[in-house]
Amino acid sequence: MITNKKSFKIFVNVILSLLALFSVLPIFLVFMASITEEQTLILNGYSFVPQVFSLYAYKYILFSGNVILRAYLITISVTAIGTFVNLFLTTFLAYPLSKKDLKGRNIILFMVFFTMLFNGGLVSSYMMWTQIFHIRDTYFALLVPNLMMNAFNVIIMKNFFVNNIPESLLEAAKLDGATELQILNKVVFPLSKPIIATVGMMVGLAYWNDWQNGLYFLLMKTNLYGIQNVLNTMINNVQFLSTQAASQGGAAAGSLPSTGIRMAIAVIALAPVIIIYPFVQKAFVKGIVVGGVKG
Amino acid sequence: MKKRNTIKNLPLYLMMVPGLLYLIINNYIPLFGLVIAFKKIDYSKGIFKSDWVGFSNFVYLFKTKDAFIIFRNTIGYNLAFIFLGTIVSIIVGILLAEVTRKTVLKVYQTTILLPFLLSSVLLSYVVYAFLAGDAGLINSGILEKLGLEKISWYSDPKYWPYILIIVYLWKTFGYNTIIYFAMIIGIDKTYYEAAVVDGASIWKQITKITLPLLKPTIITLVLLSLGRVFHSDFGLFYQVPMNNGLLFNVTNTIDTYVFRGLMQSNDIGRSSAASFMQSVLGFLLILGANALTKKIDKENALF
Repeated sequence: MITNKKSFKIFVNVILSLLALFSVLPIFLVFMASITEEQTLILNGYSFVPQVFSLYAYKYILFSGNVILRAYLITISVTAIGTFVNLFLTTFLAYPLSKKDLKGRNIILFMVFFTMLFNGGLVSSYMMWTQIFHIRDTYFALLVPNLMMNAFNVIIMKNFFVNNIPESLLEAAKLDGATELQILNKVVFPLSKPIIATVGMMVGLAYWNDWQNGLYFLLMKTNLYGIQNVLNTMINNVQFLSTQAASQGGAAAGSLPSTGIRMAIAVIALAPVIIIYPFVQKAFVKGIVVGGVKG
Repeated sequence: MKKRNTIKNLPLYLMMVPGLLYLIINNYIPLFGLVIAFKKIDYSKGIFKSDWVGFSNFVYLFKTKDAFIIFRNTIGYNLAFIFLGTIVSIIVGILLAEVTRKTVLKVYQTTILLPFLLSSVLLSYVVYAFLAGDAGLINSGILEKLGLEKISWYSDPKYWPYILIIVYLWKTFGYNTIIYFAMIIGIDKTYYEAAVVDGASIWKQITKITLPLLKPTIITLVLLSLGRVFHSDFGLFYQVPMNNGLLFNVTNTIDTYVFRGLMQSNDIGRSSAASFMQSVLGFLLILGANALTKKIDKENALF
């Protein structure tokens, strides 16, 4: 659109600023609650400008018991391993599929694509994972179901390879006697950094934020909980943290500053995402556009 | 010659094995599990040896009030989400495309996408900070200060359709805005230049140039979302109302119903019947949506 009306420009900026505040303030409210002194929080309620500050919730998390720390480490490890394995599976499947003359390519592409249209639903995949693969109450439950690869990423990745890696370069590498693995490693990967970063980020976020696998498959072993599952259990059950701490011989429950602590854990769970996000924002936006328009 | 080609390509085929194996396990084996909907599951016999019961799981499902409620909620919320979400994202996308300063644009883009980064669990914490009974911002910070009575949000179903719609929009509007924004800034500037020469107002430029050019994208995205009206965001409907029984009438969707039947009330029969209908109807619907998209705009059809 073209206009030189000053008033319109101001209107646009006012609306967008309000929307920006609308997006940020609710998250900010949780952060403020986490640094509000517990009694103030109970008496005065949640507030953007708390009257009495306190870092007690963070100190408590840091010094009392290792429930939160362990959950945090589990989430970090699941995210790191999961993202790595996912990228491995995705790129290794996408690269051969980018070769137009590969026999059987169309059948395999369809097989990948079909999974986006039709799925067995929760009941049957739950039955399979628990009755056939017995992953209930194991670390694998957090890693394997649903998140380790998805058809959508394979297809975006394949399209990127087709459109951005010059055929001539692959031919040249082949003439030099490079094996497919060497080509992938020396030619394809270096040229595909943007898409690998984008897909890796989306996958990483999915692992970091996942709580459903824990909810479905970790029934007894709550000590395998990642940070999202700890949060999930706590919002339903204030006692969770204290029972966990007590069972480990940690600080006794009794006087838990429950609300502040819960909010502080929420902040800690979100912090890495918020800290990393501005640096990868560009790739993230790109990922949305690539995914949205052709998906 | 052909055979030699296949052998030469052997490394390529081997590369695909791990990924395909995962797809077979994660996506294809569960398709066979759809037969569970026609069985009475007895864990001591195993899934495949359990007795066949025909359509009785479906009959049981539709004898309950739940069947109507979960289908109504799933489809109803989805239609509201699609309708409002599309309007909001297009409007914000148009506004965002008007921002010329790069740094300012980046600030807007970054902030409106923030809610999208939250997990459903964190989302429920944010909502809780607003709606908690005594300390929540709305009760203690607004209603009380105005001298109004506090509302117990988590036990009164009548507010939840609005709450869920607002929470959904809060979380996703940035994401969808970015998609429309990308389309809008891709529009050829000369259209607008010509329109301005002819004296077109801002409103005229939006309604005569931007919207008509966005039409194919809008139709495609709406049709594709319509293809998924039997699916709901489990986290939104399970976490945000905190799995509260008092609210099930307006918060229970197919996904939450299936989960509760499977994990909490041990009602696998009805649960699997609902899950089966979701998979199969969803599949048929997406085929239909794609066929329609193909008719309207061949380029954007999925397949």
